[in-house]
Amino acid sequence: MNDQALEALVRRVLSRVAPELDVEGLEPDVDLREQADLDSMDFLNLVSGLHDATGIEIPERDYPAVATIAGCAAYLAARQSG
Amino acid sequence: MSDAHAAQGGLSEFRMPSLGADMEAGTVVRWLVQPGDRVRRGDIVAIVDTDKADVEVEIFQSGTVSEILVVPGERVPVGTPLARVTVEVAEAPIAPSPAPSSVPAPVSPTKAAPAIAPPATAPSAAAPSRSRRARPSPTAATTPAPAAAPSARRRVSPLARTRAAELGVDLEALSHTIRDRPIGVADVEAAVGAGVAASEAGARARAAPAPAPAPAPAPTAAPTAAPAPTSGLPSLREPTAPTERQAKLRQAIAALMERSKREVPHYYLAQDVDCSRMLAWIEERNVARPVTERLLPAALMLRAVALAVRETPDLNGFWIDGALRRSDAVHLGVAISLRGGGLLAPAIHDADRLDVSDLMAALKDLVTRARTGNLRASEMADPTITVTNLGDQGVDSVFPVIYPPQVAIVGFGRIAERPWAEHGMVGVRSVVTTTLAADHRATDGHLGARFLNALARQLQDPQEW
Repeated sequence: MNDQALEALVRRVLSRVAPELDVEGLEPDVDLREQADLDSMDFLNLVSGLHDATGIEIPERDYPAVATIAGCAAYLAARQSG
Repeated sequence: MSDAHAAQGGLSEFRMPSLGADMEAGTVVRWLVQPGDRVRRGDIVAIVDTDKADVEVEIFQSGTVSEILVVPGERVPVGTPLARVTVEVAEAPIAPSPAPSSVPAPVSPTKAAPAIAPPATAPSAAAPSRSRRARPSPTAATTPAPAAAPSARRRVSPLARTRAAELGVDLEALSHTIRDRPIGVADVEAAVGAGVAASEAGARARAAPAPAPAPAPAPTAAPTAAPAPTSGLPSLREPTAPTERQAKLRQAIAALMERSKREVPHYYLAQDVDCSRMLAWIEERNVARPVTERLLPAALMLRAVALAVRETPDLNGFWIDGALRRSDAVHLGVAISLRGGGLLAPAIHDADRLDVSDLMAALKDLVTRARTGNLRASEMADPTITVTNLGDQGVDSVFPVIYPPQVAIVGFGRIAERPWAEHGMVGVRSVVTTTLAADHRATDGHLGARFLNALARQLQDPQEW
């Protein structure tokens, strides 16, 4: 998947975590917790959802890298095999 | 309900439950059963709109649905018969037989004692909420026992019978506690007092200075944007339009909080706790686990509260009719803010008996269901003490407002690194400010301080995690 597809994937997962969110309206480079008012449970669900969708585990120490939509996409891009 | 059922030989009425003192009426959004369906005690039979939320309502008798009396969309007062159920089992004998001398009114600090939870109610005055919880007793539905025998012997004054019907009081349940004399009008009214007051425990509206309502994302985008949920997350029901729902929830919160601040003399205590070790423990544990099993500090905080409150049981219960009624069970209300604004504080039942993993799973489940409108009636109705955690919102401490008739609420601020002096040294630690708001009618600051000390101990003692 390219970055664009990965971003779309992140937004899709986000919309499941927080169905009320206008995920398409979120800025790719702004901290998700702030712009979407995600709490730690939401964030855990996001990480969990990304794992379900891609098989990629995001350990806690890497949470800072996945704080934004673009960050998530880049993180996944770097780790997807092939 | 059982009045009818007793009198008419096995017919029971399922009534609009009271899920909060401020709830006067509710609307059946949807029936999950239809005439002819067999139901078991604990089954969810209907979705009810309580103004605060759509709630899944359990039935507390096993039998067969014989008639639906209220159609979806119709708003009816609490206590209104919603359906008739032919009861096939006398559940009375199943309930743990209480000391006959026990408190008259079903003290059950839980929800609509009269309305929803008939048989389990009265007998279990001691440990009220547990018995009625949605734990379908396997024994219940199985063998049709020589039913209603006990109820046949019930002695009730005609006036009391009428009053009970008006108020939705369960005479069957009442008859378990009042055995040595005929049930009178006063007994019926007392039962309502207990039940209704108790029910507001669940009261949805939660107390705390509401976390700033989430910057509601433009709802307009939803229809177009919302990609089809592809996973198992529960989908939103769409009975009440979001804005209308929010307005009603706001009203409900307003009413309860107004009452709390008017009636409850709060006192407030705070204590800083070093939770560095707890965080390190969580981190270490999470590294070794798949994401689905990771813990959040909130889970340990809930456990710490549940264990600490057992040491100061006067903070765990209800203030009803001028007296403290302790609860044996610890049903931990968890304040959950909704993204569109407002909040709910449903209960994790028997939180003191769950280990951290179970508590984490319960919390995850509860948050998801609260935010998707899939809470159960029992969860809404019976928290015995509530916890609010505004740590994620970045505040240092929260001085919450009690949910009447509960008598205490515990707050957690954010966990932050702070300078910390200990043993003559200053270091940097991860510190959280714990707070307690408690009802001064029920307890004094001395006891509250003991609670916060116990809480601090729990948060710092690896043995407890």
